[in-house]
Amino acid sequence: MEFHMIILVGILVTVAVYLLLSRNMIRIILGTAVLSHAVHLLLITMGGAGEGGVPLLRESDGPYADALPQALILTAIVISFATTAFLLVLAYRTYEESGSDNMNTIRRIDRE
Amino acid sequence: MTNLLLFPILIPILTASVLLFFPKRIAAQRAVTVVGLVASIIAALFLLRTVMTDGVQAVTLGSWPAPFGISMVSDPLSVSLVLTSLLITLGVVVYSFRSIGEGREKYFYYPAILFMLTGINGSFTTGDIFNLFVFFEVLLLASYLLIVLGGEKRQLRESIKYILVNVVSSAFFVTTVAMLYSVVGSLNMADIAEKVTEIGQSGILTVIAVMLILVFGLKGAIFPLYFWLPGSYAAPPVPVLALFGALLTKVGVYAIIRTVTLLFPHDPGFTHELLMILAILTVIAGCIGALAYYDLKQIVIYNIIIAVGVILFGVAQMNMAGLEGAVFYLIHDMLIKAGLFMLIGVIIAITGTSNLREMGGLMKTYPGLAWTWLVAAFGLAGIPPLSGFFGKLLIVQGAFEADNLWGGIIILASSLIVLLSVIRIFIHAFWGEPMPVKGTSAGIYRGLLIPAVLVTALTVFYGVGTEWLRPLMWDAAEILHQPSIYIDAVLKE
Repeated sequence: MEFHMIILVGILVTVAVYLLLSRNMIRIILGTAVLSHAVHLLLITMGGAGEGGVPLLRESDGPYADALPQALILTAIVISFATTAFLLVLAYRTYEESGSDNMNTIRRIDRE
Repeated sequence: MTNLLLFPILIPILTASVLLFFPKRIAAQRAVTVVGLVASIIAALFLLRTVMTDGVQAVTLGSWPAPFGISMVSDPLSVSLVLTSLLITLGVVVYSFRSIGEGREKYFYYPAILFMLTGINGSFTTGDIFNLFVFFEVLLLASYLLIVLGGEKRQLRESIKYILVNVVSSAFFVTTVAMLYSVVGSLNMADIAEKVTEIGQSGILTVIAVMLILVFGLKGAIFPLYFWLPGSYAAPPVPVLALFGALLTKVGVYAIIRTVTLLFPHDPGFTHELLMILAILTVIAGCIGALAYYDLKQIVIYNIIIAVGVILFGVAQMNMAGLEGAVFYLIHDMLIKAGLFMLIGVIIAITGTSNLREMGGLMKTYPGLAWTWLVAAFGLAGIPPLSGFFGKLLIVQGAFEADNLWGGIIILASSLIVLLSVIRIFIHAFWGEPMPVKGTSAGIYRGLLIPAVLVTALTVFYGVGTEWLRPLMWDAAEILHQPSIYIDAVLKE
């Protein structure tokens, strides 16, 4: 289980890096979203995915699953959600100002 | 009062939340902000006294026993950084009254500053590595708002760059925390430090240590990772630049200090050597930048990079002199950078440009500004008895004690370049033939100059009062040198 998850994380990171390196701003933002998913998957895998029972005292006799990584991921997901929302608004505003979503054009705004 | 160390975090966030309700009433915004900051400063002063008399303060949220709950820890280093940040923010807020403009004040400028301050104070205080990530994100999200507020084309362009760099570095941070958790099984920094000592710093832990240095180095702008900083910091208006330059990079530096002294001090031959080489390269790269530009903002921004290198070089020595010098220099640099940025803001307000070639002769018309600049410039370069001197002296002493002769010499030589870079501003802007300037009203000039002079006076006091501050700095360095004091304080309950 963990082995498969790690492979999946690797694939997701590859996709994210490919998207981050493109010139189109929306693709870059999608790249950051995919990257954050990859990182969250890694976080849950590192806590030992698929092992142990429900971490509730009367529901199982243990060993219990580690509940902490899930709490961490919840926090990290909220943060990356907020950042992605902010980036999308910023991208739209930049598109309005510069009339382009191409990073090569945006790089030159205000420099001519 | 055990919860005292939470007040410098809670008061800014509560004040900011109150401010969100009436964004258009500028007078009320200003008043509430100042009141909130003054209250935080009083709380921080009480905390400082408590830490000095009773030792390291620790509280675990929700009263869980220490490694399970989230710990907040105030040791002399973190409380003095919290107090310095609050003082600087108060200065910058007063400075903003006359410079930031109504448009920005009406669109959540003050709440953003206070939210950023929450994140900064939280990062300095937290004793839990995931909580550190959360506070980093709090300060980053507020800084995203501050850097883009106003929506000029240049700001938009630089914001995208700044945010993308930080999003990627946050992803690295979470990856590193995940790896650390899978190896050590804890997130409490004191608990991690104890466990790393028990199991020994194996190869994978050294990898994690280097990853942490890279993550924090990206925020703190160390050598190969500072490329985003000069452009991004130059985009927003001067008060925001002053806050960013004085506080944000220092949070990264503080996190690196904790990483190499508390969490991973066991393999100095690799991690500290690496840090020292990166620090020296950072100093050299910063020096080249500081001499290369004729732009006021860029010159001072590259001086931030030099200072980061000097502080981390002191930390990498891992002896008492080096660490005490690093703590001294860290706080000196926060104060002096705030002062310098506020002063160049005054110059830019008068001349209407930040290009050194288009100004001159301000000495005759604005002598007060000129002399303040000279004092701040000498303080930055470390001319005794001003504030930069003692920290640098200790850092160089630490380098010689640790047999890093060449490193110490490079740090000394960099002081000359720092002096040259800021005196060049003095010569071009204040000496020579007066150039026609845009000018500014006497009210605005005074409103800008007074907070800048006060912050500069604070640095002079910091330099002259070195003897008086020495016990505090000594305690701070001792805890960095012997992490067991910190660990015991957190885990004793």
